[in-house]
Amino acid sequence: MSDNPASAPNSGLKTAISAVIRKKLQGYVGFANLPNQVHRKSVKKGFHFTVMIVGESGLGKSTLVNTLFGTTLYPNKGETEPSDETPKTVEIQSLSADIEENGVKLRLTVVDTPGFGDFVNNEESWKPILENIEARFDAYLEQENRVNRRKMVDNRVHACIYFIAPTGHSLKPLDVEFMRRLHTKVNLIPVIAKSDTLTEDEIKQFKQRILDDIAYHKIQIYQAPQYEYDDQETLAENREIISKIPFAIVGSDKEVELPDGRRVRGRKYPWGVIEVDNEEHNDFVKLRQMLIRTHMEELKEHTNDVLYENYRSEKLVTMGVQQDQTVFKEVNPLAKMEEERALHEAKLQKMEAEMKMVFQQKVQEKEAKLKQSEEELYARHKEMKDALEKQRLELEEKKRRLESGRPITPEKAKKKGFSFNNK
Amino acid sequence: MATIAEPQKMNLNGYVGFDTITRQIEKKLLKRGFQFNVIVVGQTGLGKSTLINTIFAAHLIDSKGRTSSEEPFRQTTEIQTVSHLIEENGIRLRLNIVDTPGYGDQVNNENCWEPIIKYIKDQHSAYLRKELTAMRERYIQDTRIHCCLFFISPTGHALKPIDIVVLKKLSEVVNVVPVIAKSDSLTMEERVAFKRRIKSELGFHNIKLYPYDSDELDDHERALNDSIKQMIPFAIVGSEKNVVIDGKSVRGRRNRWGVINVENEQHCEFVHLRDFLTRTHLQDLIETTAQIHYEAFRSKQLLALKESSSKQQQQQQQQQQQAQPVQQQVGPGAPVI
Repeated sequence: MSDNPASAPNSGLKTAISAVIRKKLQGYVGFANLPNQVHRKSVKKGFHFTVMIVGESGLGKSTLVNTLFGTTLYPNKGETEPSDETPKTVEIQSLSADIEENGVKLRLTVVDTPGFGDFVNNEESWKPILENIEARFDAYLEQENRVNRRKMVDNRVHACIYFIAPTGHSLKPLDVEFMRRLHTKVNLIPVIAKSDTLTEDEIKQFKQRILDDIAYHKIQIYQAPQYEYDDQETLAENREIISKIPFAIVGSDKEVELPDGRRVRGRKYPWGVIEVDNEEHNDFVKLRQMLIRTHMEELKEHTNDVLYENYRSEKLVTMGVQQDQTVFKEVNPLAKMEEERALHEAKLQKMEAEMKMVFQQKVQEKEAKLKQSEEELYARHKEMKDALEKQRLELEEKKRRLESGRPITPEKAKKKGFSFNNK
Repeated sequence: MATIAEPQKMNLNGYVGFDTITRQIEKKLLKRGFQFNVIVVGQTGLGKSTLINTIFAAHLIDSKGRTSSEEPFRQTTEIQTVSHLIEENGIRLRLNIVDTPGYGDQVNNENCWEPIIKYIKDQHSAYLRKELTAMRERYIQDTRIHCCLFFISPTGHALKPIDIVVLKKLSEVVNVVPVIAKSDSLTMEERVAFKRRIKSELGFHNIKLYPYDSDELDDHERALNDSIKQMIPFAIVGSEKNVVIDGKSVRGRRNRWGVINVENEQHCEFVHLRDFLTRTHLQDLIETTAQIHYEAFRSKQLLALKESSSKQQQQQQQQQQQAQPVQQQVGPGAPVI
């Protein structure tokens, strides 16, 4: 029984469908459990994430991946013998691992790009990488267009971590070229590698110069989106993360002992120990937060909703698929039928007119022909008549001659024979 | 012709005094002063300018790094020379530092070493020309490069292909001293492994680095050279700023987790490099340049000159021979002009 007029339910039929009214509930309905259902479903399905790491050799890419995910994905590169054989192009190496934490399964794929920036001539070094990213988009596009779409695998690259060498000055030409060519195809996250070689001031200046360079060349690095309805804590966290881009990081998969006895992940130098997980020492914690703890789903969404869509539209336009504007108009069946009928009638009329024309043409032809043959006949008739007349006259002449005398045909007379009529 | 017999060692009966010749030489050299030319080669951001300023304890060259977005990228390797005169205890040293901004910085680095090789050869060529002129000065200004500091990026893996190519070409014309730049990014174990790898690569590609083996060295010098060869490439850290460690102000770098003292042998090998360059091998570097690299260049040039002049002679003879039959064709009676 409701005694609160404000919450009296209206008869839904009278209210307009377009207005959304906020309602207060009387009791517990239970749809607050929806997130849990989604959670359970996703956990069952498992998550996957593809990250690409790009940078010159020796900047600590493999170490960083090992540090981020806490396992030795990349074994240490053993010492190889020096040889004259060097690879000629950038390779693309993909490594997948299934890792689990608290019942949540993650299929992590790391795409490594050995050889990038290592040659004397690096002019085409971004090509294999760009082709790989586009090939993944193409594969997804093809899957979407299949008839049976039940099993779709998302291999697209969700984030690309670009390693900047810690020169302390600003971006190198190779960095700018690479970022310019890939910023519309993948979420770019620049990091300053091996930042334990820079002092605090140098890091600050370096970061500022990098950001200036990025803005100057109009490169779009990944911007963590901010939502207004988030709580204060998350907002503050996000702001902090954004302020640290590009992240100045140090990676280490080994444990070292501090002077006070603790064992931490870090690097031990004669002059001190740098801790990887210490926020005061470097930005690794922030990078891990952004990449894994807070923005992994954002990165995937951005890849799907923005980068992939742009690629798809471009691709379809270049393939010649025209945008069918009529799909945007309202469809009214009656009007459509009228249109069709009018069209049909117009067609019929046209056909009629055509047939008439043809008919008349044929009639004219036939008339002309008949006239011609009539004339011919007449002419012949006249000819024959003339001939007959001529013959008749001839015959009459002959008859006259015969009757009047005989001298016309002396031969004839002679021929008559020996008659005693010798005149 | 009289043959000169082997000199015999004789004992003196009194003090003659010709042992003061060393002091006479010193006085002469002090008046003239010394000349040292060094070239730094390496990618941008490896701390070349900082290292030179640290070695000579003065701000001699500026970093040529790109600091603003509006600055365009350099398209080729440039050669920029700076000259300074520094003095210590009455000894004057004229120092020429040649910087090579733009080396290895472009996307396509093919032939980025050519300006450097050309510059070095040009200095040799200029000296040769001055030597060969009829009226030459008593003391020729020596602009030949005595030492090349080659900066290796601290990747921790191996030498880059461009490093190997350039090292090969440089070691043929100048004394090359490789250093590992910004070695504060390598832990001790990484540094040892890196050096081992670099040495094996240098051996594999047959790259000859200074100091060279020579028969004239005595045991003490040979031992010193061996210890230097053990340490090459030097793992260094440079700094022009001072930090305070234990109350003392030393040159170093301060981070949030530690302080690096540039002059501490445990931290980096800067001290060894500085001693090597200035305190033990400075004279040897200058001499080796003159005796080995310059001589090699000179002999090649003169041989080439001789060949080209003999070729010219051959061509002239051929032309004369060709001219004679033409004259004969003109006719016996015609006048030969």
